[in-house]
Amino acid sequence: MHPAYSVIFFTTASGAGYGLLFWLSLAEAVGAMPGGRWLSFAIIAVALTLISLGLLSSTLHLGHPERAIGAFLQWRSSWLSREGVAAVLTYIPAGLLALMWLFNIESGLSSILAILSAVGAAVTVYCTGMIYGSLRTIRQWSHHLVPLIYLGFAAATGALLFGFSLAICVSLPMWTTLLILVTTVTAAVMKISYWKQVDADPGQYTREMALGMPHLGTARPLDPPHSRPNFVMREMGYSVARNHAEKLRTLTMVTLMGAPIVLTLLAMLIGLTGLWLALAVIAAGVGIVTERWLFFAEAEHVSQLYYGAARA
Amino acid sequence: MNIQQPKVETSAPVGDEVKQTTCYMCACRCGINVHLKDGKVRYIEGNRDHPVNKGVLCGKGASGIMQHYSPARLQSPMKRVGPRGSGQFEAISWEEALETATEWLGTVRKSDPKKLAFFTGRDQSQSLTGLWAMKYGTQNFAAHGGFCSVNMAAGGLYTFGGAFWEFGDPDWDYSKYFMLFGVAEDHASNPIKIGMGKLKNNGAKIVSINPVRTGYNAIADEWVGIRPGTDALFAGALIHELFRTQQVDLDYLIRYTNSPWLVIQDPGAADDGLFARDEDGNPLVWSRDAEGFASGKAGDLSASLTGSRTLADGRTARPVFELMAERYLDEEYSPVAVAEKTGIPADQISRIAAELAHVAFKEEIVIEREWTDAWGRKHDKLIGRPVSMHAMRGISAHSNGFQTCRMIHILQILLGSIDCPGGFRYKPPYPKQTPPNLLPHGAVQDIKPELPLGGPHLGFPHGPQHLLIDDDGNPSRIDKAFSWDAPMSSHGLMHMVINNAAKKDPYGIDVMFMYMANMAWNSSMNTPGTLDALTAKDENGEYVIPKIIYSDAYYSETVAFADLILPDTTYLERWDCISLLDRPISEAEMMADSIRHPVVEPDRDVRGFQTVLIDLGARLGLPGFTKDDGTPLYPGGYPDYIVNHERKPGIGPLAGWRGKDGETFGVGEPNQNQLDRYIENGAFFEHKIAPEHAYFRHANRGYIDWGIEKGIRMSPDPTIFQLYSEPVQRFRLAAQGHGDRQPPARAKDRIETHFDPLPFWYAPLEETMVDTNTFPLHAITQRPMHMYHSWGSQNAWLRQITAENRLYIHTDVGKSIGAKDDDWVWLSSHHGRIKCQVRLMDGVNPHTVWTWNAIGKRRGAWGLDDDAPESNRGFLLNHLISELLPEREGGYRYSNSDPITGQAAWFDLRVAIEKAEDGAGHTEPFYEPIGTGNQPASPEKLAYGKEFRKAKS
Amino acid sequence: MTTLPQSTGKKLGLVIDLDICVGCQSCATSCKEWNTGGYSAPLSDHDPYGGDPSGAWLNRIHSYEFDDGQQAKTVHFPRSCLHCEEPDCVTVCPTGASYKREEDGIVLVNPDTCIGCKLCSWACPYGAREYDYDDGVMKKCTLCVDRIYNETIPEEDRVPACVRSCPTGARAFGDLDDPTSDVSKSVIARGGFNLLDEFGYKPTNKYLPPRKAEVPAAPVERQPEQVAAPGNTAIEKLFSWVDKALS
Ligand SMILES: Nc1nc2c(c(=O)[nH]1)N[C@H]1C(S)=C(S)[C@@H](COP(=O)(O)OP(=O)(O)OC[C@H]3O[C@@H](n4cnc5c(=O)[nH]c(N)nc54)[C@H](O)[C@@H]3O)O[C@H]1N2
Ligand SMILES: Nc1nc2c(c(=O)[nH]1)N[C@H]1C(S)=C(S)[C@@H](COP(=O)(O)OP(=O)(O)OC[C@H]3O[C@@H](n4cnc5c(=O)[nH]c(N)nc54)[C@H](O)[C@@H]3O)O[C@H]1N2
Ligand code: SF4
Ligand code: SF4
Ligand code: SF4
Ligand code: SF4
Ligand code: SF4
Ligand SMILES: [Mo]
Repeated sequence: MHPAYSVIFFTTASGAGYGLLFWLSLAEAVGAMPGGRWLSFAIIAVALTLISLGLLSSTLHLGHPERAIGAFLQWRSSWLSREGVAAVLTYIPAGLLALMWLFNIESGLSSILAILSAVGAAVTVYCTGMIYGSLRTIRQWSHHLVPLIYLGFAAATGALLFGFSLAICVSLPMWTTLLILVTTVTAAVMKISYWKQVDADPGQYTREMALGMPHLGTARPLDPPHSRPNFVMREMGYSVARNHAEKLRTLTMVTLMGAPIVLTLLAMLIGLTGLWLALAVIAAGVGIVTERWLFFAEAEHVSQLYYGAARA
Repeated sequence: MNIQQPKVETSAPVGDEVKQTTCYMCACRCGINVHLKDGKVRYIEGNRDHPVNKGVLCGKGASGIMQHYSPARLQSPMKRVGPRGSGQFEAISWEEALETATEWLGTVRKSDPKKLAFFTGRDQSQSLTGLWAMKYGTQNFAAHGGFCSVNMAAGGLYTFGGAFWEFGDPDWDYSKYFMLFGVAEDHASNPIKIGMGKLKNNGAKIVSINPVRTGYNAIADEWVGIRPGTDALFAGALIHELFRTQQVDLDYLIRYTNSPWLVIQDPGAADDGLFARDEDGNPLVWSRDAEGFASGKAGDLSASLTGSRTLADGRTARPVFELMAERYLDEEYSPVAVAEKTGIPADQISRIAAELAHVAFKEEIVIEREWTDAWGRKHDKLIGRPVSMHAMRGISAHSNGFQTCRMIHILQILLGSIDCPGGFRYKPPYPKQTPPNLLPHGAVQDIKPELPLGGPHLGFPHGPQHLLIDDDGNPSRIDKAFSWDAPMSSHGLMHMVINNAAKKDPYGIDVMFMYMANMAWNSSMNTPGTLDALTAKDENGEYVIPKIIYSDAYYSETVAFADLILPDTTYLERWDCISLLDRPISEAEMMADSIRHPVVEPDRDVRGFQTVLIDLGARLGLPGFTKDDGTPLYPGGYPDYIVNHERKPGIGPLAGWRGKDGETFGVGEPNQNQLDRYIENGAFFEHKIAPEHAYFRHANRGYIDWGIEKGIRMSPDPTIFQLYSEPVQRFRLAAQGHGDRQPPARAKDRIETHFDPLPFWYAPLEETMVDTNTFPLHAITQRPMHMYHSWGSQNAWLRQITAENRLYIHTDVGKSIGAKDDDWVWLSSHHGRIKCQVRLMDGVNPHTVWTWNAIGKRRGAWGLDDDAPESNRGFLLNHLISELLPEREGGYRYSNSDPITGQAAWFDLRVAIEKAEDGAGHTEPFYEPIGTGNQPASPEKLAYGKEFRKAKS
Repeated sequence: MTTLPQSTGKKLGLVIDLDICVGCQSCATSCKEWNTGGYSAPLSDHDPYGGDPSGAWLNRIHSYEFDDGQQAKTVHFPRSCLHCEEPDCVTVCPTGASYKREEDGIVLVNPDTCIGCKLCSWACPYGAREYDYDDGVMKKCTLCVDRIYNETIPEEDRVPACVRSCPTGARAFGDLDDPTSDVSKSVIARGGFNLLDEFGYKPTNKYLPPRKAEVPAAPVERQPEQVAAPGNTAIEKLFSWVDKALS
């Protein structure tokens, strides 16, 4: 699949934003949030900014962004629509929380709003994951781990941002350190196991099935319908060379999984937490973008069986 | 949140107007309905009532919008201001253009008319262009037939008075077994497609004989992947099998063919191999009833097919049938003997022969219908042998194509399947006589300043006496047609004109006038040499071909090499006439002709070429184009000519609605409302042939008499199939030293060998002259169904389908040179080499490589950007094909053509292949772009139809 | 219509006969020509005269070579939207611009509400949807909804443009829900099949497979009559047969 930068930025930025919102909200709900309201406000502002930038960027790849409002209509069947609805709904409790912090409104409502924000964040990320996870046309996407990995990396990158914010503003509590480690390890385990599984799966659909005449023997394309690539080939036929993908996977493992874990451990053991976590954030930023790029670039679409792919 | 299903406007009117005319995105000439909206073309669909396409369209026809609005359309007359090929032009007025042309042409006509060479390419107005050239008085005129498929035209017309080439069709309704030889697309584009669909649905079997399995050949029930150039061996072996198993239609042979005619057997005599004749010149047969000689023209049903006879002068004569049987029963033509050369297993050949015989004789069709034969005998039924065949350039574009084509006709005739139900059917005005009573004109002795030619240029010589040569035996014509180089070249040799003119062989010319032929690129052999010829200069620095006038509608490669450009209209903007005097659009069951008329107005300073030609004729004062007082005869231009020109009294360009009030057809006075009647009727005229005239028209009294009455037939005699061709034998006799016109020494062998009165196989000439170990592969081209030669690439839709071509090679060839799909290779011939990319396939004869024809373009042409795939990765085989054969002993180089007809031997090409580095990623040779003149820039995107949507909401 | 209709009144669709399709591209260009000025006008083209020409087409013709170990077989293969009965291309659409019509099962995109998110094209396994970069909306085969009910054109012409133009007659249009329709009958008679049936979208369009060649009544080789001719050669036998046959 063609890796569109707007979509990569959208899923990574909003993922991290929702992760951050999620952990902030949980901390608030259980009363574990260190620092004062300004810190909470600052963090929620960052989260909402990431989310909003992400959502905005996602409209960039639309042919008619001005009609985007229509996208909320089909939540009964469309994960994209559900995601939109969830995102908008999440703005309500999260926005109110932010306002309460901004104007220093003390209220028992805050923990309810926090819980709603956390749920909203999780649901939205799940919906994002399911946009892809529900597409049976792409075996690398319709995998059951896909929404979980979306959730996992949102949680991990969110936790990292959360920890980093605390580290530079107050100090990094041990539970946050553990949170970063646990979420990152979980997401990493899921992703690596996902890679193993999709690599082992040759794809259940063949060119012969696509053409519907297996009795005629093996098929191979003779003349394509058009000399130059068309939309379907550009959008669905994007592919990345195997060894290039391997390198990028390694980069992902190093930057998105290895580096944040090692750097967080260093922060825990050596101190200078702000510095290590800053490096971890940068590394994870590179990593998540790489992971997402690969998620698209390695995805094989069934339609390509008509254009030369043997299996999908 | 349920929203309502939107209301869709399902009954929007297509446009505001529909006009019916004739398509010209190829020579098939289908009827079209052009829907117009706000003066723009909204949609083009097939005309359901039209005899040719019956409502359907092909891929090209359905993209007519993009053809018509092509950015490559020429804008106004131009004169060249830079060197040839630079593409530097200055726009001029029509008055200046016409005056310049008149001056150039007038000067030549007053001094030496042969110094004008007027050659037209895909001309559908040949009866006008030919007439013009005749009245002008140059012998140097022809259209594209010589490089196209004259082998099929001549092969058919000399044999049975029709031809595969547009002059007949398989009986798609009744045929049960169809053999398709060497066809990828053909002129009858839609009729063949409609027909093959019918055959399939009727359960007929289709056998394709073709080195490549795509298109029609892909849907064939049986594919015979023959080695190029060997079809005559295959057909010969089928004939061998029919004779061996005694399955030929004896009755048909006696009735309709010259197989009982007696051939003089007197080696060394001047009449050896000619028919024994009576005092009246009638060929003799042996009549069993009369127990003596009788005239072969009398329709004697007891004529004997066997037995040597002693003639009155004591010499022996044998019936054609015996000679044929001897020829084809020879081991040389046994399936086993031909299997290796053709690449077709012997048992497959035997099986196909058995199937043919089975269908012809065991599944015969009987239609109860009365008809009368040429000798007045009444018949109460029609017996059909439901075997049909069709062949085209896979046969004709070889130097053995004439004989191969004749061989296939003999196969059809032995099966009794010409113009019978289920067989091959003539289209009116065919059949003609064998050969047609039309002789070539333009011997150099007859050419005089300001004097018209005595008759039409092109015809069918009956022997050396009809050659156009001077007293020393040298060619009269610039293309050497009707000379000893190509005695029966009934369509001329367009492919030789430019190169001969540049070499002044046989002589130089002053003006070259071309119409609709892209000779500077894809339609010439040896493209590089042709470009040199077009730009060659003499010792004074003047072009050797001093003046070139060219009419094109688009900015083709050839435009850049001309001095004066006469820009034509597009097919939707002009008058045209598709005449029975030319290449008819008739179908088997009807006589038909058609017109084009302007359905949109030109938005450029362009004029229909025919109108321009008529104007030039008047300015030059040509007879036939001026009145006695010197004023123009057709001041109304082409439409005026179409209505008022009479070839003979009562016979004009159009057959429909003749007579003052349009009350008659075929023959009748000009009708001033004729064109309106055509337009009312969808731009065509058709007349259904009476049922009793529908079959056996070569010998159908009713049809023949009706044809004479309607002006489409000259002779009341039946057309007798010439299995044995006496005209051919006459040339052979000359080569053997008989008669007063004999070939020069260098040509004697060549003529004697190839002019065999009975078809035979000989190896294509190029492969007998190059080292086939060095050049082990055959290289051929196929037409893409959705592209018409060079025109398609300017079409924004069609070029998306094919913007670059590959060389298709057998997977084994790929393996042997280590090449995979898209790898680059060098392909070389004895003449040159090109670099291109390959694609591997299995459905191709393993000794053959092929590509789609005419995709490669020169940068700068056709309104395309310099990085267009067509000019960077698209390529032509033409760079490898020499217009001349390698030198023979004595140094003479013959044209790379059929030695009999002069048909260009495109498919004789032999090549070697080797892997290449991809290097610059573009094809070689890679020419500099030609300049783009004053052409407007092509748009960077298109959203055709957007305006119609706005109009909707 | 958030989701797919429970059932549709008809199942209009195409039946494409691969046994007669010669790959002529007529259906592809007719489709382009009709539709660029029709329901989803325009079908834009990019770089139409340049190095990388491409555009939105609703129907494309592939060709494939099949190899069963004996002889290679070329098959031309037109491909357009199959108007599936249960396609996700409709359900994934966030706006409802992509929908399946209740009355006839045609799957359409509403060009006035589509936001051009391309998700539906991702959900189509057949690659049948093409995005129009210029127009910013998704385009797809409309089954020529603006022809088949069009009262301004003659009744016999109320078929899709591609069917109307196909010169070999390889394309047919009709109601595949109606067992008595010509299309349904041909599907039964010829073993019409679905593309990628395993996928489960239940395409409405059907393809008819290439037929196995039926050799006309496997001919027995005719045994030449034996004759008492001196050499008993094929020629002598032939001549003697001729003489006998004609006497
Ligand atoms: N779409 C389209 N239609 C056209 C044209 C066009 O350019 N485009 N051009 C028109 C013109 S000018 C012409 S002359 C006609 C020609 O129409 P066709 O006769 O169909 O011409 P080609 O495409 O050259 O096809 C020649 C076929 O012969 C096969 N072949 C080559 N050598 C041999 C051989 O030795 N034996 C056998 N059995 N087969 C062989 C090739 O594989 C190919 O399939 O088409 C006309 N129609
Ligand atoms: N390698 C190879 N070469 C071949 C062949 C092959 O099979 N293989 N086939 C050969 C055959 S059979 C043929 S017939 C030739 C065909 O060769 P050509 O007859 O040269 O055909 P085109 O390339 O179509 O060129 C025709 C010219 O007419 C112009 N034209 C188009 N429409 C109009 C119009 O309305 N008015 C005017 N005035 N001009 C117009 C076009 O722009 C183009 O420049 O090619 C031959 N060349
Ligand atoms: S075959 Fe096609 S291009 Fe040729 S005249 Fe007919 S519709 Fe036009
Ligand atoms: S073919 Fe594709 S676009 Fe058409 S209905 Fe089926 S899934 Fe949807
Ligand atoms: S591109 Fe248009 S039709 Fe397709 S899913 Fe998006 S909004 Fe729906
Ligand atoms: S039905 Fe209409 S829109 Fe669909 S492929 Fe055919 S012509 Fe195109
Ligand atoms: S128009 Fe008919 S024959 Fe031509 S490609 Fe389409 S389906 Fe095949
Ligand atoms: Mo031709």
